[in-house]
Amino acid sequence: MTDFDRFIHTFFNLEVAAKYWPDLLKGLGVTAGIGLLVAITGLVFGVVLAVLRALQIRPLSLLIIAFADIMRALPPLVLMIVFFFAFPLIGLPMNAFTTVWLALSLVLAAYAEESVWGGILSLPRGQSEAARSTGLTWWQTMTSVILPQAFRIAVPPLTNRVIAISKNVALGSVVALNEVLNEAQSATSNSGNPTPLTMAAFAYLLLFIPVIFAARRLESRWQWKV
Amino acid sequence: MDALLRNFFNIDVFIQVFPYLLQGLFTTLWLSALVIPLGLVGGLAVALLATQSESRILRFLVAAYVDVFRALPPLVLLIFIYFGFPFLGLDMPKLLAVALGFLLNNSSYYGEVFRAGLLSVPQGQMEAARSTGLTRMQALAYVIVPQATRNVLPDLVGNSIEVVKLTTIASVVALPELLRVARDAQALLFNPSPIVLAALIYLAILWPLVRWLSRLEHKNLLGR
Repeated sequence: MTDFDRFIHTFFNLEVAAKYWPDLLKGLGVTAGIGLLVAITGLVFGVVLAVLRALQIRPLSLLIIAFADIMRALPPLVLMIVFFFAFPLIGLPMNAFTTVWLALSLVLAAYAEESVWGGILSLPRGQSEAARSTGLTWWQTMTSVILPQAFRIAVPPLTNRVIAISKNVALGSVVALNEVLNEAQSATSNSGNPTPLTMAAFAYLLLFIPVIFAARRLESRWQWKV
Repeated sequence: MDALLRNFFNIDVFIQVFPYLLQGLFTTLWLSALVIPLGLVGGLAVALLATQSESRILRFLVAAYVDVFRALPPLVLLIFIYFGFPFLGLDMPKLLAVALGFLLNNSSYYGEVFRAGLLSVPQGQMEAARSTGLTRMQALAYVIVPQATRNVLPDLVGNSIEVVKLTTIASVVALPELLRVARDAQALLFNPSPIVLAALIYLAILWPLVRWLSRLEHKNLLGR
């Protein structure tokens, strides 16, 4: 066997691929599902926190800042391992799904809060004063004047975060979540061939390259309108 | 409350494992000190190729490289390198696998940051530098890159914090950094306090950096 044949046989083994692709497809479904859930809950929670911070109630703001700092300082894998291995011992059992979803949502919420808050801060004060003077309530000002503009400023950093954090679903393999990487690792040890790992890598590319392209379009469209 | 103290903040366990965790922390720190400069150099190279190269094919390849590694989770990459390559009969030491995985992944992220920095330097800077007799290389090294770096300093700091956090994935290939040592201690003592202590250590190191970064970003925002 030539070196090239051996390389193909090792990383692109069709027999192995044919046998394990249904498992990997299932894993891909789990990855995509949790990734999407994380993106939604993380962004919503982050925007809620940014709006609460805009109320400028000092103790509340300090709590939000502390939350955002802690979630940005802790490695997500550490968070997952604490949730998964330590919380059951204080009567809070968490399965792999809840662990990964909750940990990544909290992390994304922290980054989203910072980005949206940065957007709110960068708007001139006159915006909200003018809106209030036309008779809009605080809430109306927030939802129809401040937030739409803040989002525009926040979009480029946010799209990067959403991608970087949702692809961290792969970390779930450490707590035995049945996502693509975990399925690929067990298929590799069962078959004695790393082709499933190659497939997992391609599965992630398949899932996230379109997201990256969509993000780029979104960024350029929103930039153009400003 | 008692269960919380015994399992999360067990002082006896803290005292017992602290020296080991310090060793783990030391490994985390030198690992970061190894992979951050590697990523910075790789990223600068990627960004220079993306912005300065005359060849369209080369620019396309660099753009593809950046997108691929933005899409690929670093853990998938690391596991592919560490568990996949030995099947070819290649010896793959842990540290080499981690360094290679981080180099590939970080060059793409730092590359995007540097690219934004290089694009933020006005064209006239290069023209002025060249007209004083500097070669293109000299102009890049003494005029363009220093300004580009200063313009994206907050992003470089932010990315470096992410890299330090990312070193935790080396625990998966049993490199004895802080998280790995803590998990081993937890398994040995049947008590999760070591993981909690590790989390506190990460916080103690990274929280000040995150604060500093927030102020840096804030200043940049207001300076605009």
